[in-house]
Amino acid sequence: MNPLQFTATLFSVALVAGLLGSLTGLGGGVILTPVLTLVLGVDLRYAIGATLVSVIATSSGAASAYVREGYSNVRIGMLLEVATTAGAIAGASLAGYFSTQVLAVIFGVVLLHSAWLSSRRPKDSVDTTNADPLATRFRLDGCYPTAQGLSCYHVQHVGAGFSVMLGAGVLSGLLGIGSGALKVIAMDRAMRIPFKVSTTTSNFMIGVTAAASAGVYLNRGYIDPLLAMPVMLGVLAGSVVGARMMARARPSVLRVVFAALVGLLAVEMIISGLRGRI
Amino acid sequence: MDRMIGVLLRAGVILSAATTLAGGIWHFVQHGGAMPDYHVFRGEPSELHSVGGVLHGIAQGHSESLVQLGLLMLIATPIARVALSVAAFAVQRDRTYVAITLVVLTALVASLAGLHF
Repeated sequence: MNPLQFTATLFSVALVAGLLGSLTGLGGGVILTPVLTLVLGVDLRYAIGATLVSVIATSSGAASAYVREGYSNVRIGMLLEVATTAGAIAGASLAGYFSTQVLAVIFGVVLLHSAWLSSRRPKDSVDTTNADPLATRFRLDGCYPTAQGLSCYHVQHVGAGFSVMLGAGVLSGLLGIGSGALKVIAMDRAMRIPFKVSTTTSNFMIGVTAAASAGVYLNRGYIDPLLAMPVMLGVLAGSVVGARMMARARPSVLRVVFAALVGLLAVEMIISGLRGRI
Repeated sequence: MDRMIGVLLRAGVILSAATTLAGGIWHFVQHGGAMPDYHVFRGEPSELHSVGGVLHGIAQGHSESLVQLGLLMLIATPIARVALSVAAFAVQRDRTYVAITLVVLTALVASLAGLHF
C-alpha cells in the first residue's frame, strides 16, 4: 500500500468504528485499537495513541450536544474527575513499563468484559429517599427533565463510586480507551444515578480523562500525527453520522452483532498477546 | 454558561479537525510518498512531544507539526472546558467546587507539561 492508500484505509476503518460505536453507545475506541494492531499491523503503542485522540474528539463532539439538555450533573462529573485524572496519569505512566504483549492481554480481558456488559440491558435503580452523607456534603443530588416533569435523585455510595472511577482512570490511561462502560457501572450500580444522567455525565468525563492520558502519551512520543490524523477524522465523521441516524432508529440487533465482534477481537488480542505476536 | 461550554466544545473540535486536515493535505502535497513504518515503534522525535516543539516545527515549515498542533488543540478542548467550569463555580461562590475543579485542572496541565511517573 502506498501512503495515500494507507491513510484512506485508516480513515475508512475509523469511519466504520465511529459509526458502530456511536450507534451502539459503546464508543469507537474499543474496536479501533484491535483492528489497527491485528489487521493493519500498527504497533500497539501507536494504535493506543491514535485511539486516545479520537476518544477526545467523539466525547467533546457529543458533549456539545448534551450539555444544553440538562441531563449531565457537573458536580458529580467534576468530583469523580479527581479520581479518573489521577488514575489516568498513573495508568498512562505505567503503560511505559509493560511490554506490548502484557498490554494486549489486559486489553483483551477489558474488551471481553465490555462485550459482556453491552449484551445486557441497563436497569435504573434510583433511590429517592435517602442520601449518602458525603453526597449531601458535596451537593451531588440533582434533578433532570423527564416527560413527567423534573425527576430528582439522591446519590448513594460515593466512596465506592470514587474507587471504581480510580480504576476506570487507570484502565483508560493504560489502554487509551474511554472506559465508558466502567464509568457507567460506577454511577449506575454503586451511586444509583439515573441512566440518562450517568450516560451523559460519563461522556463529559471521558474527554477530560482522555486528555489527562494524552498529555503523558504525547510526551512519551506515542502520538504520531500522520497516523492519528485519518483515525481521528474518520471516527469523528462516523460518530456524527451515527448520531444523526440514532434519532431515527434504536438498533438492538446491531448491538448484539457489535458485542459479538468486540468479543471476537478480544479473544484474538489475548491469543496474539500470549503468543508474543503483537 | 452551559451555552458557552457547548460552543467551546464544538469550536474546539471543528478547529482542531480543520487544522489536522490542512496539515495532512499539506503533507501529501509536500512529500507525497514518504510515510513512516508503523509496524515498528520508535517513538516520535522530540519536536512532536511538546507544545513548544510543535510551534517551533511549524515555524520551520514541517507539515507534521501542523497536524500535531491540530491534535494538541483537541487535547486542549476538554482542558479549556474544565477551566470554564472553575469560572462557573466561582460565579456561584461555591468554594468547595472551585477547589475540586482546580485540582483537576492542575492535573491536566501538569500531564500536558510532561508530568509522569
